[in-house]
Amino acid sequence: MRSTLKASLAACLATTMLSAPAAAELSGTLRIISDMSNPAPRAVMEGLASEFDAMHSDLTVELEIVDREAWKTQIRNALSANAPDVVNWYAATRMTPYVDAGLFMDISDLWAEDHFDALASTKGAMTLNGAQWGVPYTYYQWGVYYRKDIFEELGLGEPATWAEEISNCQAILDSGRKCYTIGTKYLWTAGGWFDYINSRTNGYDFHIQLANGEVEWTDPRVRLTFENWAQLINMGAFVDDHQTYSWQEALPFMTDGQATAYLMGNFAVAAMRDGGLDDSKLDFYQFPVINPGVDYAEDAPTDTFHIASGAQNVEAAKEFLRFVTSADVQTRINGGDALGQLPVNSEASVSDDKFIQQGFNMLSNNAGGGIMQFFDRDFPAEMASVGMEGLQEFMVFPDNLDDILARLEDARQRIYQ
Amino acid sequence: MFPTPIEKSSRNWQITYQALLPIAMIVWLLPLLAVALFSIKPETDFATGNFWGWPTSFEGFTNYGRVFFDSDMPRYLLNSVMITVPTMAGAVALSAMTGFALGIYKFKGNLLIFFMFIAGNFVPFQILMVPVRDLTVNMGLYDTKTGLILFHIAFQTGFCTLFMRNFIRALPYPLIEAARVEGVAEWRIFWYVVMPLMKPALAALSVLIFTFIWNDYFWAIVLTQGPDAQPVTAGITSFNSQFRAAYHMMSAGSIVAALPPVLMFFLMQKHFIAGLTLGAVK
Amino acid sequence: MTMTADAPSHQQRGWYKRNEIAVTPWLFLLPGILFFAVYVILPIFQSFWISFHQWDGLGEKTWVGLANYERLLGGDRKFEVSFWNNIRWLFLYLLAIPMGLFIALFLNQTVRGIRFYKSMFFFPFVISQVVVGLVFSWFYLPNTGLFDQIMGLVGIDIRGGVLGNPNTATYGIIAAGLWPQTAYCMILYLTGLNAVDPEQVEAARLDGAKGHKMLWYVILPQLKPATFIAFVVTIIGALRSFDFIAVMTNGGPFGSTRVLSFYMFEESLSEFGFRMGYGAAIAVVLFFIMLGFIAYFLYSMWRDDKEAR
Repeated sequence: MRSTLKASLAACLATTMLSAPAAAELSGTLRIISDMSNPAPRAVMEGLASEFDAMHSDLTVELEIVDREAWKTQIRNALSANAPDVVNWYAATRMTPYVDAGLFMDISDLWAEDHFDALASTKGAMTLNGAQWGVPYTYYQWGVYYRKDIFEELGLGEPATWAEEISNCQAILDSGRKCYTIGTKYLWTAGGWFDYINSRTNGYDFHIQLANGEVEWTDPRVRLTFENWAQLINMGAFVDDHQTYSWQEALPFMTDGQATAYLMGNFAVAAMRDGGLDDSKLDFYQFPVINPGVDYAEDAPTDTFHIASGAQNVEAAKEFLRFVTSADVQTRINGGDALGQLPVNSEASVSDDKFIQQGFNMLSNNAGGGIMQFFDRDFPAEMASVGMEGLQEFMVFPDNLDDILARLEDARQRIYQ
Repeated sequence: MFPTPIEKSSRNWQITYQALLPIAMIVWLLPLLAVALFSIKPETDFATGNFWGWPTSFEGFTNYGRVFFDSDMPRYLLNSVMITVPTMAGAVALSAMTGFALGIYKFKGNLLIFFMFIAGNFVPFQILMVPVRDLTVNMGLYDTKTGLILFHIAFQTGFCTLFMRNFIRALPYPLIEAARVEGVAEWRIFWYVVMPLMKPALAALSVLIFTFIWNDYFWAIVLTQGPDAQPVTAGITSFNSQFRAAYHMMSAGSIVAALPPVLMFFLMQKHFIAGLTLGAVK
Repeated sequence: MTMTADAPSHQQRGWYKRNEIAVTPWLFLLPGILFFAVYVILPIFQSFWISFHQWDGLGEKTWVGLANYERLLGGDRKFEVSFWNNIRWLFLYLLAIPMGLFIALFLNQTVRGIRFYKSMFFFPFVISQVVVGLVFSWFYLPNTGLFDQIMGLVGIDIRGGVLGNPNTATYGIIAAGLWPQTAYCMILYLTGLNAVDPEQVEAARLDGAKGHKMLWYVILPQLKPATFIAFVVTIIGALRSFDFIAVMTNGGPFGSTRVLSFYMFEESLSEFGFRMGYGAAIAVVLFFIMLGFIAYFLYSMWRDDKEAR
């Protein structure tokens, strides 16, 4: 699959080269560290690097692809010692530590260019302290991916309310399957569940207040979220032993039919299709309503590129950022055969892939509550880390809730002071 | 001889023992055999849940081929070699000198310095981590092989000095005295008298250091990152993220990463064990 | 006249010649000591110094006195978990010594191919801990892992798999660590057994000693040097247990497998800010635990060295 990807990118390269404006001659070396380590994104990134390299004959692009999970602990090290020029990271609050430490370069001048008008929708997510610190290259919806064939076999429809959700799940359990697969070894997958249940129970504004440290973790409204979640856990809705799996390792449960659904980001579709789930077996629905009094809020994380403040080749780095935000490149890298996600550039075209279209419609028309970036991007990094460890523990030992919440509240008081 | 030599025991026990040996070995190596089995399986075996059964087809060449031609593994392996070999040479050279000084001469502070080397060799890495990282960053050697090599040489000098000094201690001292009477300069004694006698020690140490450094993980992740400078122990984690949940690939990658020290061990077994067990007999 | 020209150089050579024995060792020691001082000895003191500061590894250090230690010892749950896990490691890792002895006794025969068996039993030690950790984490996989399947046969189901269950995870990692460590102890004992005095064994046999009595009263005392080294390397190995944890569980599930060395690394180089000061304080605590052992090792070696003279 990778080779075809590379080939198609290379084919596109030919057309871009013809149409590319004669940019100022760049020279030297452009060092990029990317965290796009899964197979499909990896091919995309390698394609981007070699394409950019070929566009500028005097410029050498050095690409290092590092493990996406490891990168979360390595980035600070990378930026503070022997900084590369361009790195991958995430939007919103997740940028704060590096902005505060002066490790990301202020690129407000870049955003002032006309070219960036098409990215206005995410300007807010890239802004901290009144300046912009990076550019988005993709975003994607979250939601429930499910085994359409099994739902049909059991006579189930897509649940729209929590009651339907619970009764669906009971029917699935009765058929000897699990309702949901999940792998919480790297913790963040549990954050997705919390985002959805909390925002569906208490609303987007409450969720963001919690993220900003304005609400106590021991608040009864937070408890209500966990009670709703516990309904599923106590039914045995989730696969066993999920704390030992990464999200990829939890995937086979869905592909071989032991579990029927997966709350995930759209990047997982490529892996599900690789696992043999074609469109007759795989479908998508929006996370159901819990509290009819609150509007839908959706997780739609934005992935980004940044320039390190210690960058050696700033000109080339900026040109690379212009390159990855261009409508043409965003159209291609987000296509169904590449990342399979949504382009941020409003002039880029959204792939006609079934899931990308559904996600695009959902986010455009049915997310009135607001857009969440994701648990570990909306909450300050340290709170997110302590928090997700607690969420994982809750999913395994729901009875420890009091202890967990007390610990999170302790952490909140220390972290936000 | 203890326990009772097998040839003096009953016939039954002799046969049992002979049968027990291979069984015990297989049980002992079970985790490794499993990985070796994984590494020649096709991907579909894992999808169908055939983890531990016989491979449905032999995919050894495909899997190992992908390790070498479809990943950064060769780069990491090369890095490991380029870190390990200079460290080996540096640490052995430095410690041959320190060992000579501490083993041959009687002077004030001899034992103190010797014990400083031993004690330093025992400290937990973590107490060195912050300052060593800081030093490496300030010297502009962060994320370079040189930075890693310099630290490894320094740290291994502790262990190597212990080894060399004890070895030189055991050499016949009259030889050196005789040379001195002849009026041979001290550095010539080191080079022409002591060094030739130390060949087994040098060999043993080189093999040991090779293994230790090849297998280092902690310093590799503290002082380097990415395929430019990282050795294969650190590279295996990023290799695994490329092939996450693809057990056949991760197994093949692990075996490739583990192989060089294993080869070294089997080729240089005598020296290796001599080095490790120094002091186990008195 | 030639005398005057020659005198200084002659005198110089004379000085070096006269002091050759005193000066040479220092010349030989110089590079080694320099390297070791810069990279090992000084950093120990620097870490102590840093532990009294708040420092992000970049800017200025802020003096905070004992604040890091107060937070550490004043109810930091992660620290408590790590500390008790270290104690578990220390005790259970020592099992490598009797296990190594047992295998050594089993293999201490002269049958055909025994050299091959000895190397096969030893060779887990040569494999990097990272790979051993990976191998064992697959071995422990819930449901599909070989260990879980074997346990299933005897009707034991560990909830979450060995590494997913906070009650078993640390023990699972220690067991993985014991595998190469036992191999190491085994080779130490095999070498030691080679040197056991056959006459003493014969004499004891004539006195009617056999089995465990023989082992305890005759063999083990002669294996003392091997036991000492096994003890030293095992203790150091236990306190350096970083690689296994980083690879197998990354400190999880819910932080239950952290040890001090891992926690120190996590704090110092964490995603949300380098806490070099706090990390250094953890390292200092670990250092003091180690220091007790180091003092004991050095004392024993010093005593032996005295006797050897």
